[in-house]
Amino acid sequence: MDAIGNFFERCGILNKLLGNSGWGYQSRSCTIKLLFATGPSINTRLLVAVITSIALLVTEHNNQQLDKLRSFLSFVVDPLKYLVSVPTNLLQNASDTIRTYASLKEENQKLHESQLIHQTRLLKLEALEKENIRLRALLDNSFKLGEQVLVAEILSVKAAPFEHIVTVNKGTRFGVHPQQPVLDANGVVGQVFRSQPLTADIMLITDLNHAIPVEVNRNGLLTIAVGSGNLNQLILPYLPNNADIHPGDLLITSGLGGTFPQGYPVAVVDQFTSQPNKPFASITATPKAQLDRNRELMIVWSNAAPIPLTGKPANETTEEKQHAQP
Amino acid sequence: MPNHDFYGPGRIIMTIVAAMCLRIAPWPAAVVPFNPDWVLLVLIYWGLTLPERVGIFHAWFFGLLTDVLTGRLLGQYALAYSLVIYICLKLHKRLRQFPLLQQELFIFFCLLLSQLLLFLIKNLQNPAQLHAAFWIPVFTGTLFWPVVYFALRFVNLARSLK
Repeated sequence: MDAIGNFFERCGILNKLLGNSGWGYQSRSCTIKLLFATGPSINTRLLVAVITSIALLVTEHNNQQLDKLRSFLSFVVDPLKYLVSVPTNLLQNASDTIRTYASLKEENQKLHESQLIHQTRLLKLEALEKENIRLRALLDNSFKLGEQVLVAEILSVKAAPFEHIVTVNKGTRFGVHPQQPVLDANGVVGQVFRSQPLTADIMLITDLNHAIPVEVNRNGLLTIAVGSGNLNQLILPYLPNNADIHPGDLLITSGLGGTFPQGYPVAVVDQFTSQPNKPFASITATPKAQLDRNRELMIVWSNAAPIPLTGKPANETTEEKQHAQP
Repeated sequence: MPNHDFYGPGRIIMTIVAAMCLRIAPWPAAVVPFNPDWVLLVLIYWGLTLPERVGIFHAWFFGLLTDVLTGRLLGQYALAYSLVIYICLKLHKRLRQFPLLQQELFIFFCLLLSQLLLFLIKNLQNPAQLHAAFWIPVFTGTLFWPVVYFALRFVNLARSLK
């Protein structure tokens, strides 16, 4: 009994938590630590750690095999993200609670009005959609159906500097998967970049590593908008000096590339400078979405398969709902 | 099992969890580039004070958790942390004798080593995108070392008093 007690005393809970087979030698070395070091030396342990790390790095850089390990570890780590965002959420809730009746009433009235306007627009939209399907059928063209969305709340977490990545509170448990487009009320926000069981990371369109295929709404000019690293700026680096694009032009998603559904507003061009000595003009645009002020985002399931010409939109919609909420 | 034995690893884990929270806390945008690597600072402290409790594999494991936490490629913090803790374990007897100022110098080099490894790995992924501000956490971490040192010494001594 004494020996067992001694064993636990020296090794502690940490070793028990961490290991099974590989940790035996450390326990032994703990028990007789004072006189002789048994088991692998500290150098050997370092070697093992370094080799494992490099193996992990190389494996994850090359393929997706480690996703399971990552999502397993995220069960340990993700609760921390929720914990960290608790104070901010409390603060926001408190400020929501302590509002005057008058301001609430005013806001309610405004929302009522805008809802009425949107409702009437929607009435028209339905008719337009039907008309569009009919016209496309006349043209022997197929029609892409609308999208299903899921509202996710942003966790107030800052994981890495210099990267425009936000974490939301919906993950693979809600069927969120990488490369899903993400929108807010004003436009495209970004795309799901990595999804874990409890959370998902979303890369904003302004991230340095992000590029989104867009078209100019006015004339259908296709190009690519690249993130600038600033939250209020996109760059259009691939347009020639004589391109037909002006400040104020609306850029919408072109649907090329397949990640983003076609036709959502992305940004407004705010500057066009031609550079006669260079092949491409310098063009910047301001994102439509409020990238730094959102609390809620919409994750989109777009139905990539076009509806056949004689399809019934009603059936497709129900099918898609099932797909969206598994 | 006696009470204090249960508390030791528990406290180490609690301090590391607190460090992880500080790491991802929603600091204002102006502060974020200055946010030091709290997890590494805490690990260094425990590596220097309780070298028989905190080993290289512990550092490696918490590095792996930090990788998941900050959404990096798996293994880069694990690599950096286990190397730094290796140095700490090798030198802990000497470093305990040093005054705080000399310790700071050592901490600076530890943080620099860790950041250098992260830099190299990041550079292999997508080169030439990093800000000069990438190196700021090394300096702020050095500045915050006394804070971490005294806070954790308080935690550590409170344990032995109990």
